Amino acid sequence: MTFRRYLVLAVVALTAPVGDTLLSLGMKQVGPISLDHLSTLITAVGTPQILLGIALLICFFASYLASLSWADLTFVLPATSIGNVIVALLAKFWLHEQISPWRWIGILLITAGVGFVTQGPSYTETAKEEPQLQGAEVRQS
Amino acid sequence: MNWAAPQHGFADAAMIAAIVVFATAGDILIAAAMRAIGDLDEIRGRSGLGGAVAAVLMNAKFVSGVFFMALSFFSLLFALSHADLSLVAPAATSLTFVTNAVAAKFFLKENVDKRRWIAALFVCAGVVFMSF
Repeated sequence: MTFRRYLVLAVVALTAPVGDTLLSLGMKQVGPISLDHLSTLITAVGTPQILLGIALLICFFASYLASLSWADLTFVLPATSIGNVIVALLAKFWLHEQISPWRWIGILLITAGVGFVTQGPSYTETAKEEPQLQGAEVRQS
Repeated sequence: MNWAAPQHGFADAAMIAAIVVFATAGDILIAAAMRAIGDLDEIRGRSGLGGAVAAVLMNAKFVSGVFFMALSFFSLLFALSHADLSLVAPAATSLTFVTNAVAAKFFLKENVDKRRWIAALFVCAGVVFMSF
């Protein structure tokens, strides 16, 4: 894992929770949507918070795709969950919000989980790739 | 959190289940597509940004994955208009960690060892605690 790859994981970690929070703010403005008026979901996309949330989620998606091209899903998902912790810490030290003891326990658990997964290998080498290479070598010889 | 409202319990569970199932299907299909495509940095080095984008967009598994992700996204929007973010987001997120670990082991043949199981369960529990 290079520094650049850790940077991509950091973008995945930060853009997802901030984007989700903006979507939530936007949907609170739109209000409840009934099953009879599902088309309101499409018009809700025009709300500024939802637009900004979608822009961040597009950044998330691009970096998420890049990370999945060189790391396992079961490595990327826990590793990038540190974003939830960063958002909570920003809320505490920047917005001066209170963090309950339960949340501190949650922060500790997530941080421990991220620590566990990032100590291990990031990618499972599949056996499928080797026979293909050997086959290619045989054909070449 | 609104665990104590039985009249909303089933509807909330159904909305959360829909988000989790669609998100897991989307994640697995997209991860399978990206594994098949290979390192995007290398493809960009060989064929440029356009080549990398084309390699992703032409992959059928990727397109199916995006379809399921879109279903999950609209399920999330629908759920957020009915239930609290403090219930929907942590429940869906934490359950998706576990369902993804199980699905990645069986469908993607990823090496989900003890370390990754512990990480998935710690993060899952942590997300729930963060919602209190």
